[in-house]
Amino acid sequence: MDTTIAAPRTKPAGPPVSWAWLGTLPFFLFVFAFLLLPSLTIMAGAFRNPNGNFTLDNIAGLFQPLILESYRTSIELSVVTAVVGASLGALLAYAITWGGLSGRIRSGVITFSSVAANFGGIPLAFAFITLLGRTGALPVFLRNVFGIDLYAAGFSIYTVQGLILAYLYFQFPLMLLIMVPAFDGLKREWLEAATNLGGTPFDFWRYVGLPILLPSFLGATVLLFGNAFGAYATAEALTGSKVDVVTRVISRQIRGDVLYNPGLSYALAFGMVVILAISIALYVGLQRVTARWLR
Amino acid sequence: MTGGRSLAARLFAWAIFIVCAAYLIVPLATQFDYSLRARRGEIGFTAYTNVLSIPEPDKVLQVQASPLKITLNLPRFYSSLLFSCLMAVLTIIVSTAIVVPTAYWVHLRVPRLKPVIEFFTVLPFAIPGIVLTFGLLRTYSGPPFSLTNTELGTVALLVGGYTIAVLPYTYRSVDIGLRAIDIRTLTEAARSLGAGWPAIILQVILPNLRVAVLSAALLTFAIAIGEYTLANFLFPDERAFGSYMASVGNNKIFEPAALTIISFVLVWILVLLIQRVGRGTGQTQMTGMR
Repeated sequence: MDTTIAAPRTKPAGPPVSWAWLGTLPFFLFVFAFLLLPSLTIMAGAFRNPNGNFTLDNIAGLFQPLILESYRTSIELSVVTAVVGASLGALLAYAITWGGLSGRIRSGVITFSSVAANFGGIPLAFAFITLLGRTGALPVFLRNVFGIDLYAAGFSIYTVQGLILAYLYFQFPLMLLIMVPAFDGLKREWLEAATNLGGTPFDFWRYVGLPILLPSFLGATVLLFGNAFGAYATAEALTGSKVDVVTRVISRQIRGDVLYNPGLSYALAFGMVVILAISIALYVGLQRVTARWLR
Repeated sequence: MTGGRSLAARLFAWAIFIVCAAYLIVPLATQFDYSLRARRGEIGFTAYTNVLSIPEPDKVLQVQASPLKITLNLPRFYSSLLFSCLMAVLTIIVSTAIVVPTAYWVHLRVPRLKPVIEFFTVLPFAIPGIVLTFGLLRTYSGPPFSLTNTELGTVALLVGGYTIAVLPYTYRSVDIGLRAIDIRTLTEAARSLGAGWPAIILQVILPNLRVAVLSAALLTFAIAIGEYTLANFLFPDERAFGSYMASVGNNKIFEPAALTIISFVLVWILVLLIQRVGRGTGQTQMTGMR
């Protein structure tokens, strides 16, 4: 590609016609084969009937009660665990950075959180069943010691509440990992400056700290939303068929278990991508707005 | 160090820490306790030995992991773990082969393509594991590309899917690594010594990126090893470690508890390795396909 035979040291800075982009071709081919083509297949399938003609029937099929309910469940689950997880994670990040806890606690929390943030899926479900199942450690303890019967009071681990509790196990540690660098980025001199100007610590957080942290906080919350929205293994292992989140409805369609409808399964998958795309667009929009505030 | 901070603020910090620590530790502690009670009336490691050592003759599954064609008779714990490790290693090789030359080339020669490449590397965030699985199956399980008909094709799909799933992490890690070294000078020096492009990438760039590549590799390993969604749909014979854990959960009582502790320890070891390797660059947040 280059004229390396005569003088390798005089490499032209920019050849007149650049074919350099060809070097990225393997990457694009790979992404096309394993990401874009599957996505396009889903998109095309969502708008096509079995004869291959354009149709909106598949999308319309999403609006039947059971499927709407599964989307509602997934969104509720994701919003709750994202908001609670983000708040708890941010508070913990505050506690280990600005809260005056020792350096040993800080590194312990970070390491444990790195493990917990990756500890989704099957084993996580096992642990929560042992802890909170009908004959689990906590319900038995509460019944024997305090006479409180969680399951009689309407609680069950095999419900959306159970999924919320289990998802939080990886949600708030992930938030912590994202927020610690953000809290570290706040300079202590700023607090001193605020104090010297007569402000209270509350004023500092209200007018300096939180506005600076807001973009990372919102961005991370959207990430947590997507993290919960796409989760499948944990829901499958914890609640089985008792709770219908969208990912489980899609999995049933892939297996062809019940009422298999190929067009509808494309639409279901397409719907998930659309919701995630909206959440990402929302995030980009929020970043713009907060960037304007911060200027 | 703590001077000037009010007592209330410190109490608040401690309260938050205790609540969060309890949330993280209690489920594991009860699970560990439970895993030790497989024999009525005594505390012991029976559940662990059941998982780790006793081969169940009817449940023994052969590891047939092409393309290497290993055939071994092992308890399913080992066979499935071995299979998932092999898939993780293949994913590491493929994603390094894709990401390192691309990121290098973009930095060196086509910086204006950078935003485009970055866009595609974060795109997997919008495609959940189950959707990627569905898309891959629908695209490659029938003509014109029937990859799922062959063992090799199915492995290729799994590795391809994993590579896509970890792309946001691997690319970022390598991208940050490249920013820290002077690739222009290194390239010029290598070329003036007569090195070709493969030699430059393998012998000059890769060694300089070893921290970035190694931490990306460990991240990939941690994500791939317990992955359930894609592995379970591509290999319905429950060959992967995630599928094995799920089937133990359906059939056994105490063994799932032992498996929880074992897999927690595995992830812990990987996280410690990542922290050790990537000291300073420390990127340990990762979310695989849950």
